[in-house]
Amino acid sequence: MLQGISLACVRGDRELFKDINFSLEAGGLMQVRGPNGSGKTSLLRMLCGLSNPAAGEILWNGASIRSLNGDYFAAMTYIGHLSGTKDDLTVIENLRISSALAGYEINDTQASEALGYMGLGGREVLPVKILSQGQRRRVALARLLVCKTSLWILDEPLVALDVLAVKLIRELLEQHLKQGGMVVMTTHQEIDLTATSTTQLHLA
Amino acid sequence: MFMWMIKRDLLLAMRRQSDVLTTLFFFIIVVSLFPLSVGPEMNMLRTMAPGVVWVAALLASMLSLGRMFSNDYLDGTLEQMLLSPQSLSFLVLGKALAHWLVTGVPLVLMAPVLGIQYDLPVEALFVLTAALLLGTPVLSLIGAIGAALTLGLRGGGVLVSLLVLPLYIPVLIFGAGAVEANMAGVGFDAHLSLIGAFLLVSLVFAPWAAASSLRVSLE
Amino acid sequence: MAINWFKYSSPASFYSLAGKMIPIFVFVALILLAAGLYVGFFVAPTDFQQGEAYRIIFIHVPAAWMSMFLYVVMAFWAGIGLAFNTRLSSMLATAIAPTGAMFTFIALWTGALWGKPMWGTWWVWDARLTSELILFFLYIGFMSLQAAIDDPRRADKAGAIIALVGVVNIPIIYFSVQWWNTLHQGASVSINQAPAMASTMLTGMLIMVLASWMYSIAVILKRTRIIILERESHTAWVAELQKKGVM
Repeated sequence: MLQGISLACVRGDRELFKDINFSLEAGGLMQVRGPNGSGKTSLLRMLCGLSNPAAGEILWNGASIRSLNGDYFAAMTYIGHLSGTKDDLTVIENLRISSALAGYEINDTQASEALGYMGLGGREVLPVKILSQGQRRRVALARLLVCKTSLWILDEPLVALDVLAVKLIRELLEQHLKQGGMVVMTTHQEIDLTATSTTQLHLA
Repeated sequence: MFMWMIKRDLLLAMRRQSDVLTTLFFFIIVVSLFPLSVGPEMNMLRTMAPGVVWVAALLASMLSLGRMFSNDYLDGTLEQMLLSPQSLSFLVLGKALAHWLVTGVPLVLMAPVLGIQYDLPVEALFVLTAALLLGTPVLSLIGAIGAALTLGLRGGGVLVSLLVLPLYIPVLIFGAGAVEANMAGVGFDAHLSLIGAFLLVSLVFAPWAAASSLRVSLE
Repeated sequence: MAINWFKYSSPASFYSLAGKMIPIFVFVALILLAAGLYVGFFVAPTDFQQGEAYRIIFIHVPAAWMSMFLYVVMAFWAGIGLAFNTRLSSMLATAIAPTGAMFTFIALWTGALWGKPMWGTWWVWDARLTSELILFFLYIGFMSLQAAIDDPRRADKAGAIIALVGVVNIPIIYFSVQWWNTLHQGASVSINQAPAMASTMLTGMLIMVLASWMYSIAVILKRTRIIILERESHTAWVAELQKKGVM
């Protein structure tokens, strides 16, 4: 269970948001909404532990994520604006290395399978630098298939994806939620997902 | 995961061999400039050699620090490292080690050749190589702190030299001192043991300091 | 909410407290400075070896001491700020750096001025002077790093890390430079062997050291006040100060 208690964020002199409270149960989806500059990305970076809230606390199963550190990271996957792929490495190397660093070592077959699902079959040995934006995004998202984490924090996962890929991600998210996983995401595109509980968090 | 980190950085260096070669050639050129600026008098060159080689190694190692984290920072892989269940200090240690393998080791291998240019006796060549072998990892480790602190800053390249070069001074003193001691016919063991001690201390503290710096820089 | 209150009010109360204390420290510093200089230049006897030139130690020695003390004090406050996330201590550290760098510079400069009549050269690679030079580099590194970072919280934390790394390294650097200096003894002259000092010389020097302390505290408090105003410019209490026109 992920909980946020009176979270506040300050950027420079400006207070982006304060008194944000939420609680996300197993199988729950939280959609963070708000205009540009309202602090959506800042909130997600806080939730995954990259930055500290100016006030308030984030709890994972009742314990502060600060104190959990590695244990929390092992249960969480974050995919941000930056794809987190290396241009000079091939598609399959990227997936294998990034999931290994996330704590899930996979072999070539597992990696190819995941890439095939993401519609990157046959492109495994191409360097990422020659891929399109949407394809890079798919490489990054393929990590969701191989890392068996329960909490996914996704910042605009649908950006640059075509209709087919959006449908794939939708299926992937629904399956994850059905299995009791949790998703926190921001998106400007409409996406209707069935979840046991859906929270809408509006940042002004 | 530690091994994966090293493997990844070595693989990336293989794909970008020009970066590695640039650092090495920088080292060679700097060392070769000195005889041109002070004259080819062999006795003077011999006394200058340890200092010149060490200063050039310091500069070469420092120049390549920019690449240690900045590419990973720009493409988002650094974020992912911070979120790894493995402790960040270990990953930083892996990166510093990879940095040393890619930039430090070529310098160590090239040093005897450059020493010959300066007419160093054979024994001094060995001491020079040994001192560099022990000292260059310290440069990569301390450098990691500077590279992490200046991540994403304007003029980070110049700034990193201000932060890191003063901290390199002890290694420089004892590294060059070892060769001078050998040429003067005194023992150089104490120098090498001290560089070894610096290496141990920086192995323990530098990854931790660099990891904290990375967290500060990415917040 | 209690923590919040503490965090936000602390710089505010420090601001007014420091405002009351600064005149006192300035006053004491001026008195001590006058007394110290008088003792140094008029009371203390002429040194039989070094003549009148030795009198520069009344500035050189306090400056050299302060330069080292202040680095440690700066690292201490920066470390506290990093560990406990207290903004005021980080601001103090930032405020200390320029004063420390200034004393380091004075120590180097007066060292050079002293060197000319003593050894006939402006600069000798003496262990102390060299360490002082490296200390100057460390101060410059700290200040440039903080200046390059726009976000004040990141600047505080990054500065704290480099200050702590520096403070761990200072003994190592000092020891290395000493070793290096003894190895190359022939090339340098040492200023260690000051002849036994007359007691008035010592008194003059101690008064000057105290004066430097008072001066440093006054300047650091003043600078901290300015930093507080800069950083807290968006808060209500600063706006109120502005309205009252007491800034």
